[in-house]
Amino acid sequence: MSRARADEEEYWHSSKFRAFTFDDEDDELSQLKESKRAVNSLRDIVDDDDDDDLERVSWSGEPVGSISWSIKETASSSTSSLEGRDSSLQKGSSSYAAFPKQVSSYSLSSLFKGRNKLPSFQSLSDALSDTGVKNYTPELRRPKAEYKDYGSDWSPRDTVRRMQRGKVCSLERFRSLQDKLVLLDEAVAGHDGNVITAVLIFLKRTLRREILFRELEVRQVALCHLIHFLKETGEQKLLLDLLRFLDRTEEVALSQYREHLNIQDVEKRREFLKGCIGLPFSAEDTSHIQDHYTLLERQIIIEANDRHLETAGQSEIFRKYPRKASILNMPLVTTLFYSCFYHYTEAEGTFSSPTNLKKTFKIPDKQYVLTALAARAKLRAWDDVDALFTTKNWLGYTKKKAPIGFHRVVEILQRNNAPVQVLQEYVRLVEDVETRLNLATKYKCHDVVIETYRDLKDRIQLTAYKCKVERGSAEEDKINSILNNMQIRWKN
Amino acid sequence: MAFAGRRDVPEPPDFGILKRLARDQLIYLLEQLPGKKDLFIEADLMSPLDRIANVSILKQHEVDKLYKVESRPAISASDQFCFLVRPRIKTMRYIADIVNADKMSGRSRKYKIIFSPQKFYACEMVLEEEGVFGDVTCDEWSFYLLPLDEDIISMELPEFFRDYFLEGDHRWINSVARALQLLNSLYGPFGKAYGIGRCAKMSYEVWRDLEEESEADGQGRKPEIGNIFLMDRAALVADTDYVTALCSQVVYEGLVDDTFRIKCGSVDFGPDVTSSDKSIKVLLNAQDKVFSQIRNEHFSSVFGFLSQKSRNLQAQYDRRRGMDIKQMKNFVSQELKGLKQEHRLLSLHIGACESIMKKKTKQDFQEMIKAEHSLLEGFDIRESTSFIEEHIDRQVSPIESLRLMCLLSITENGLIPKDYRSLKTQYLQSYGPEHLLTFHNLKRIGLLTEQSAGETLTAVESKVSKLVTDRAAGKITDAFNSLARKSNFRAISKKLGLIPRVDGEYDLKMPRDMAYVFSGAYVPLSCKIIEQVLERRGWLGLEEVVRLLNGNEFSVSDSAVEDNPTWESQRVILAVFLGGCTFSEIAALRFLGKERGCKFIFLTTAITNSARMMEAMIEAKA
Repeated sequence: MSRARADEEEYWHSSKFRAFTFDDEDDELSQLKESKRAVNSLRDIVDDDDDDDLERVSWSGEPVGSISWSIKETASSSTSSLEGRDSSLQKGSSSYAAFPKQVSSYSLSSLFKGRNKLPSFQSLSDALSDTGVKNYTPELRRPKAEYKDYGSDWSPRDTVRRMQRGKVCSLERFRSLQDKLVLLDEAVAGHDGNVITAVLIFLKRTLRREILFRELEVRQVALCHLIHFLKETGEQKLLLDLLRFLDRTEEVALSQYREHLNIQDVEKRREFLKGCIGLPFSAEDTSHIQDHYTLLERQIIIEANDRHLETAGQSEIFRKYPRKASILNMPLVTTLFYSCFYHYTEAEGTFSSPTNLKKTFKIPDKQYVLTALAARAKLRAWDDVDALFTTKNWLGYTKKKAPIGFHRVVEILQRNNAPVQVLQEYVRLVEDVETRLNLATKYKCHDVVIETYRDLKDRIQLTAYKCKVERGSAEEDKINSILNNMQIRWKN
Repeated sequence: MAFAGRRDVPEPPDFGILKRLARDQLIYLLEQLPGKKDLFIEADLMSPLDRIANVSILKQHEVDKLYKVESRPAISASDQFCFLVRPRIKTMRYIADIVNADKMSGRSRKYKIIFSPQKFYACEMVLEEEGVFGDVTCDEWSFYLLPLDEDIISMELPEFFRDYFLEGDHRWINSVARALQLLNSLYGPFGKAYGIGRCAKMSYEVWRDLEEESEADGQGRKPEIGNIFLMDRAALVADTDYVTALCSQVVYEGLVDDTFRIKCGSVDFGPDVTSSDKSIKVLLNAQDKVFSQIRNEHFSSVFGFLSQKSRNLQAQYDRRRGMDIKQMKNFVSQELKGLKQEHRLLSLHIGACESIMKKKTKQDFQEMIKAEHSLLEGFDIRESTSFIEEHIDRQVSPIESLRLMCLLSITENGLIPKDYRSLKTQYLQSYGPEHLLTFHNLKRIGLLTEQSAGETLTAVESKVSKLVTDRAAGKITDAFNSLARKSNFRAISKKLGLIPRVDGEYDLKMPRDMAYVFSGAYVPLSCKIIEQVLERRGWLGLEEVVRLLNGNEFSVSDSAVEDNPTWESQRVILAVFLGGCTFSEIAALRFLGKERGCKFIFLTTAITNSARMMEAMIEAKA
């Protein structure tokens, strides 16, 4: 551990990455705070004026007159029309005025008719005159006859090309398997997924599935398109048949398992998951699925019990800390946290006890300790925290041990506003001296700082620290008595 | 640096016309359904639409009420419904349900669907199946290109990434080609085209086909953009350029995107930033005088800049003291407004910085960056692995945990099987078992894979292991594995010098290369390739790199296009990112542009970052 720390330190000191730290005490932030003060001090000069250069913003933060804003308005009062809001939309219309005036003098449809012959049509003509106007021309403008040419005999290649340009082409002509496949291959060669899918829809309708599958097996790009299409349209049965045909058993399993996301009812979901256990997953995934099922099963039991407890109002913990959400469908670690919070002392026999969860799901020590610590610290149950790290050796001596670094323990405790007495006990256990000093200084664990400097025999730092503690406090006395101790051989 | 050789950076072309074209076409389409109508808008289209039109424009074209397309049924008395949607099966079913419900209750209405940017055959098929084909009319709104800023154009198609790279669906390639055609016709002809990646190549081919067919003669016109560079987000299989998108961003614009999510060029600053009870929506672009000066800066230089700026501002306000009436009048009429504007922007960005600092401090950002840098350099892999493990165990963030695992996997050419299993198990325990599906997707796309135990070496291994004890054999296997584990990323990174070797400190305030966008630790691969190819005017000499990137490179000069080296357009380059582009890459290329006296224009299917990429891999319920 300390070696790793040392490496880390060295890394930071020697490294080319200039430490740009995100520490509160950092210079940069105080610089930032200063700027903020400066800017804020100007506020009274600025605020008394009108906000004309501010964008008008509604409460939801959308600019008034914006489309997103307006939709939210319709949603909240779906009966009122936009009419009543006219006055507030003035701002919006002003940006319309910026729109070139010439445009409104011609009918808009003339814009899309084709090449524009009007010389005065300044702003857009540059863009439109020598470019294929038809690019932005909506379908509708084209004569109907142009795309209703079912009769014509387009080659597969031309058919695909026409489809790429968004024209309707009848595919019914392609009746022989040979023709169909040529068509599909042309579509793939055209790189347009839209057309590839269109051809596949046609093939799917006109070919027996085994034959379609067989041909797709050697056409990977087309195959991807069909799979994606089936996923999107939700044709689960056909999709599974296809995947089975391709021997993609793992995907068969996953694709079935995926359906559980759409099952709202927990009982049904649990039943469904039970059925998933036998699916052809890899060995590793099978155990994950098994765990998923077991977890939900447990959660249903815990939920029923706890809801009962809560409504009965007998249990103190539920009265004091009412549950904010149900535990159903939560991850395992969240469930463990929940059980450490509400059911910490329960015997291993009950489903809701943390030890039971730990055993059933083989939760690693590290994971368990982190979670239990967070839960007990949240409840400010410092004795439990203490017990979590206390181990006894065979002689009966106790020792503090943790599968995670003690700096992490400190961090979690601090986040839960642990008192200094609790905090400093763990700060003291941080192995790396530098980290320990940093944490102790940051969280004002004076004793630890003082003792560490004493152990380091660093008189200068210790003397300097005197101004950080309160005048006349026990800490100051302690510093003084250490400084006056003639036994210590100071290094400076 | 070579200031003498530095030329002025050309001005970018004016992309405002793209907005006007889109708006005019929309208006035209709305007029195709005369009379009052209710407009239903797909959620994803709302922000882009906001950038080109507003409610009063819609109202002028007789849009009565606006609704969001969602699962709730619509209650409306209008006789005409217009739907402005993306071509999606789900949306078609929503519309069909509305139409069918009306039919059942004997209501007759007119329905029009406007697809943006284009219609798909599969959508029509659904309409047909649902029995509403013919009851609705369909149109296409070719809104391919939204200019987000003076140098960024977005297609606003975030689904491109998943559709193409995960599902292998080519549906958007045609859209990209049409977008290129439009740009070429307005700002081209592009004389030179370079590209790499399968998707880039296909898009290029479809675009050339389109050009050949259209009789448009761009020849002889003076282009505004001379070069185009197409780039796959993934540069194909499983490797390499995902790295750039997976790293934590540390340039200001990137950090703002990672922290607050920039949506369509604007961001919602919440109460913690505005220090009031309101949220403010702010447009972030070159027009914002404060933002435009800090957007490309490394975060550590931003503070200094902001404090300098606020001191200046204060000084300017202070000048009021001791002014006489006339001077004061001048001050108020001429300067005050500008100062007020600056004051507003300054306090917003200071607020944003503060909020970023707060969030990042909480998340152990420091440690995280350190872990990322070790991964990039290939040092202390064990330590980084346990950092990731703890990150997962503490349930810090499901997305961040995934991102770190992916970064580990790509830089190391896959995880060791033991680590893969253990991290996956812990992840499922921390964030939910259904992420089994996420892991499967990540494996398919190649972002998070498991090393197969030394494939090619197994034969040798088994021979050796016959000769030694079991335990020693285990050690040998490990040794073999580490040999086999020479990752593509490392090879490319070495070849192109992506990890700069620097003696002493990397000065982030005076960056010397594009690596500054990642604190001097890494040059984005995508940007490095663009730099190299432009320098060499082709791929010559990059054969080894191309091989590692799986080929599909191209370089074409259009001989018909006049090559006039004095034209500014020769120094304007359209950089096309298929599958998304990050603000870090944009900052890096802006830097390169300044160094080389050229201007990069960015065309991307969407702005992306690591979180968006990870989220695209998660399965949602239907």
